Amino acid sequence: MSEAKLSGSQPLFEIKNLKKYYPVLSGFLRKTTGWVKALEDVSLTIWAGETVGVVGESGCGKTTFGKTIMLLQHPTSGELRFHFPEGPRELTTMSSKDLLSFRRRVQMIFQDPFSALNPSKRIFDSFDEPLRVHGHGNPKERKDIIAQSLEMVNLNPDYMYRYPHEFSGGQRQRICIARALCIDPEMVICDEPVSALDVSIQAQVLNLMKDLQRQLGLTYVFIAHDLSVVQYMSDRIMVMYLGKIVEMADSLSLYDAPKHPYTEALLSAVPIPSIDVKKKRIILEGDVPSPIHKPSGCSFHTRCRYAMEICSVNEPKLVPLADSPTHFVACHLYGDDSKNGVTPILTMEKHREGNL
Amino acid sequence: MGRGEIILDVRNLRTHFRVGSDDLSILRGVSFTARQGETLAIVGESGCGKSVTVHSVMRLLPKNGRLTGGQILFHDNGRTFELHKLEPFGKEMRSIRGRKIGMIFQDPMASLNPVYKVGDQVAENLLQHFKLTKHEAQRRIVEMFASLGIPEPERRILDYPHQFSGGMKQRVMIAIAMICNPDLLIADEPTTALDVTIQAQIMELMGKLKKEQNKAVILITHNMGLVAETADEVAVMYMGRIVERGLVERIFHNPSHPYTRALLRSVPVLDHGKTERLETIRGATPSPAECVTGCEFANRCDFMTPKCRSGIISAYEIENGHLVRCVLFEGAKELPNE
Amino acid sequence: MAQQKIKKSSLALRSWKKLVRNKLAMLGVIVSTLMIFASIFANFITPYDPSKIDFTNMAKPPSWEHLMGTDKMGRDVFSQVLYGGRVSIYVSVVGAVLGSIIGMILGGLAGWFGGKIDLILVRTSEVFLTFPNMMLVLILVAFVGQGINNLIFIFFITGWMTPFRMVRNEFLSLREETYVEVCKAFGISNLSIIFRHILPNTTSPIMVATTINIANYILQEAALSFLGLGVPVTVPTWGNIMNAAKSIEVIRNYWWLWLFPGLVISVFVLAANFAGDGLRDVLDPRQ
Repeated sequence: MSEAKLSGSQPLFEIKNLKKYYPVLSGFLRKTTGWVKALEDVSLTIWAGETVGVVGESGCGKTTFGKTIMLLQHPTSGELRFHFPEGPRELTTMSSKDLLSFRRRVQMIFQDPFSALNPSKRIFDSFDEPLRVHGHGNPKERKDIIAQSLEMVNLNPDYMYRYPHEFSGGQRQRICIARALCIDPEMVICDEPVSALDVSIQAQVLNLMKDLQRQLGLTYVFIAHDLSVVQYMSDRIMVMYLGKIVEMADSLSLYDAPKHPYTEALLSAVPIPSIDVKKKRIILEGDVPSPIHKPSGCSFHTRCRYAMEICSVNEPKLVPLADSPTHFVACHLYGDDSKNGVTPILTMEKHREGNL
Repeated sequence: MGRGEIILDVRNLRTHFRVGSDDLSILRGVSFTARQGETLAIVGESGCGKSVTVHSVMRLLPKNGRLTGGQILFHDNGRTFELHKLEPFGKEMRSIRGRKIGMIFQDPMASLNPVYKVGDQVAENLLQHFKLTKHEAQRRIVEMFASLGIPEPERRILDYPHQFSGGMKQRVMIAIAMICNPDLLIADEPTTALDVTIQAQIMELMGKLKKEQNKAVILITHNMGLVAETADEVAVMYMGRIVERGLVERIFHNPSHPYTRALLRSVPVLDHGKTERLETIRGATPSPAECVTGCEFANRCDFMTPKCRSGIISAYEIENGHLVRCVLFEGAKELPNE
Repeated sequence: MAQQKIKKSSLALRSWKKLVRNKLAMLGVIVSTLMIFASIFANFITPYDPSKIDFTNMAKPPSWEHLMGTDKMGRDVFSQVLYGGRVSIYVSVVGAVLGSIIGMILGGLAGWFGGKIDLILVRTSEVFLTFPNMMLVLILVAFVGQGINNLIFIFFITGWMTPFRMVRNEFLSLREETYVEVCKAFGISNLSIIFRHILPNTTSPIMVATTINIANYILQEAALSFLGLGVPVTVPTWGNIMNAAKSIEVIRNYWWLWLFPGLVISVFVLAANFAGDGLRDVLDPRQ
C-alpha cells in the first residue's frame, strides 16, 4: 500500500499486513475451536516525528495493535520493519537478544499507572534495571539519568527513593513516562495513557507529552478510546473496527469530513462540553459483533445505516479517496462498486445482539 | 421557563466516614433539588463525594458512614417524607427505595447476579412493592424491556446476565430501576464502563424517560460533555461541597467558580484546533482525608487571595438560581443557609 | 509539589509499624519467639537433664522444684518440654521452609510458563492433596524409617502443595500486572522478571503457607510420635513426651504428664497461626 509521504520526514516503522489471531480453547484437552481475529491485515507506515492516533471501541484490536508492534505479542503473520540508524530490519525474525536494540528505541506507556509500578520497589529500582539492561553500567551515571528523567516530567528528583504508593495517579503516570523516556527512545507507544486519570489531571499529562515530543523529537502511537483526546494529540488518526482499519486520515480532515459510516457515527456520539453546538447524532443500533464470529463482507454492515447488498458479500479494501490521496477508507460507498448502481437496502436485518 | 415541581429537596447534607481511627467529613453541607421532568447533573472528579451524596440520599451508606446533619425531603403526591429520619433499612425506607426512587449503578457487569435470569432479577424489585401474579409481573417486564429497546423481550427475560452485552446489561439495570415506575431516577456514572456509541444509546434512552414520562433524573458524572447534552441543572462538586450550581445554560455560558472554569477548559474538545494548549489545574486531586480551612480549592486556584484561607466560604447567588461558593463574588447576595 | 517535605520511607519500617499495631499478630510473634528461644537455651533455663532418671522423684506432681512435675522414671517434665521443643520446632520449621522453597520454585515455573508444565505440576499436586495425608505419611515412614531427618524429608514431600498452589495462583495474576509488561517492553529477561519482580510479591502468601505448615507439622510430629512412628523414643520431642501418656491410667492419675506438653503444643500452634495471619497483612504490598 502506498502512502503519501509527510513532507521532509523519514519512515520509521513500516507495518505490513499485520495479523494477530488468538486461539479459542475449549474442552478438557484445550482444543482450538476457533480464532479471535484481533488484528486483520493492518498496514501502516509511521513517519519519524509524527503522532498516529488509534481509536476504536473496546474489542476493536487497538490495544492488541500496540502490543503487537511492540512485540509483546508475537504477530500471527505480517511484516514489521523498523528503521534503525544502520538501516531497516525485519523485527519478527529477530532473536530476543537482537530485539534489545529495538526496545531501546521504542518504548511503551500503559493505561494503568497504578499497576505499572511494582508496589514493592522504590521508584529508583523501577528505573535502574532497564538502564542497566540497556548498557548504562555506571551506577553514578544511572542515578544522574534517573534524576534528569524525573526533572523532565516536573517531579522532584528526590522522589526516586520513594515507593509508588506515595504518589497520586497523575504523578505515577508522569513517573511512567519518565521511565519510558529514560533510555532515550525514538518512538513511544501510548496505550490509553490518560484514561485512568481524573479530568483535571489529564490535561497536565497530555500537555507534558506534547512538550516532550517537541523537545525530544519523539514519534508517538497514541491509542485511546476517547476521540477528543486522540484528535487533540494526533497528526493522523486510524479508526479501527473489529481488528481492521476502516479509515485513516490526518486528524483535521477526519474530523471535518469523516468518510466511513462508522467514523461518522463514532464522532457524532462523542458528547461535546458545550451547549451551543447542537450536532446531529447518529445512534448506532446494537452492539459490536463478537470478533470470533465476524459478520461476512464488511464487518460493520450489521450496524451501518447505508448498508448495501454488496456490503454483506464483499469485504471492502482500504483505499485512498480519489480526491484526497492521504485519506484512506474501507467502504463500498467510496470504492468502484458504488458506481455499479447498488442501492442501499432499506429493510436491514439487524444483527441479533448478545448472542455469542 | 416553567420548571417542574420539586420532588427531592436536599438541604445542607453532611456525611462522615470513619476510616481506621479517623472520622472524615466527606460531605460538608450539600444542598440541591431535583425537579420533575428535569435532569440534575452532579459533576466532579473521583473522591469529591458525588457518589456518597446519592448513597446518603438513598440511605445506602456503608457501615462506616453516617449522616451527621441536614435534611432530605422527598415529596410524593402531596406527602413529604423526611428520608434523613427514617431507619436506613426500615419498612418505610424500603418502600421508597426501589419503588419511588430508582437507582442505576456504574458497573452493570457487577450489579447483576450472574446466577439468576435477568427477568427474575427485574421481577424481584417489582414483586417487592406490588402484589401481582407471576403472569402479570412477566407481562410488565416484557413491556418494559420492549420500551427500553431490548430486542425479543419474551425470550431475553429468560436469559442470564452473561448472555447480555455491556449496553444491554445497562438497559436491564434501567429496567430494574424503572419497573416500579419511580418518580426519581438516580444514575451513578451509568455509562462510564461503556463505549461511546453505547453511551449515546443509553443517554438517549434516559432522555426519553425524562421527557416522555416526566421523571426527575439525577445524573452523577465526571464527563462535562454528557452534562452539556443531558442536564437541565448542574451542580459542580469539589471535596464534599457544591462549589457552583445553576441552570446548564448559566454553567456553560458563564462558569463562575474557578474550578468549574478550569474543568471546562482542561478537556480537549473535538472541534478545537489541536495546536491550542490545554489549560491545566495544577496539583493533584485531593484526598477526602485532607482537612483545610477556607476554600478547599484554594491551593490549586489561580485567583487565590488571603481571604480564601479564612474560615468558611459562603455561597453567593450571582443570578437567580446560580450559586457560587467563592470569595470572588462577595458583592453578590449571600446565601447563609447553603 | 516540589517543596513538599521529603520524608524518608522504608518498606521495612512501615511493615514493622503495621505489625506492632496488629496486637494479636504481635502476641503470636512474641510467644512463638519466646518459646523458640526457651528451647534453644534450654540448658540455661533448667538445671535438669531431661533424660536423667531419678528414682527418688518418681511421678511427682508439679512443685517449685519441678514446675511441671516428674514422670514415672523421675525425669523432669519441664526440661523434657524445653528440650523436646528443640527437636519438634526444628523438624517442623525446616520441613515447612523446605516445602515452601520447593513449592515456590515449582509454583513460579508453573505460573509463569503455563501450558504443559503447569498442567503436569497441578495434576501432581492434586494427586498428593487428594491422597489421605496421614496415610501418605505412614507409608513414607514405613519406607524411609524413623529419624529426625527422615521426618523432615517426609514433611517436605507432603507439604509442598499448598505453597505451590498459592505461588502459582499469585503468579497467574501477577504476570498480568502492567509492571511485568513494562519489564518485557524493556527487554528484561524472563528469569529476572520471575525472581526479582514477581517472586518478592508472593512473600505474603508464602509466609502464611509456611506458618500454617509449621503449626501443622508440630501437630503431625506429635501425632506420629504418639503412635510411636515419629522420631525414635530416645529423642525427647513434644510428641514423645505425650507418648508416655498413652495409658488410661496415666491420663487419670498423672494429669501433669499430658496436660503441660499438650498445652505447650497448643500454645505454640496458636501463636504460629496468629503470627502467620499477621505477617500476611503486614507483607501485602498492596495495602
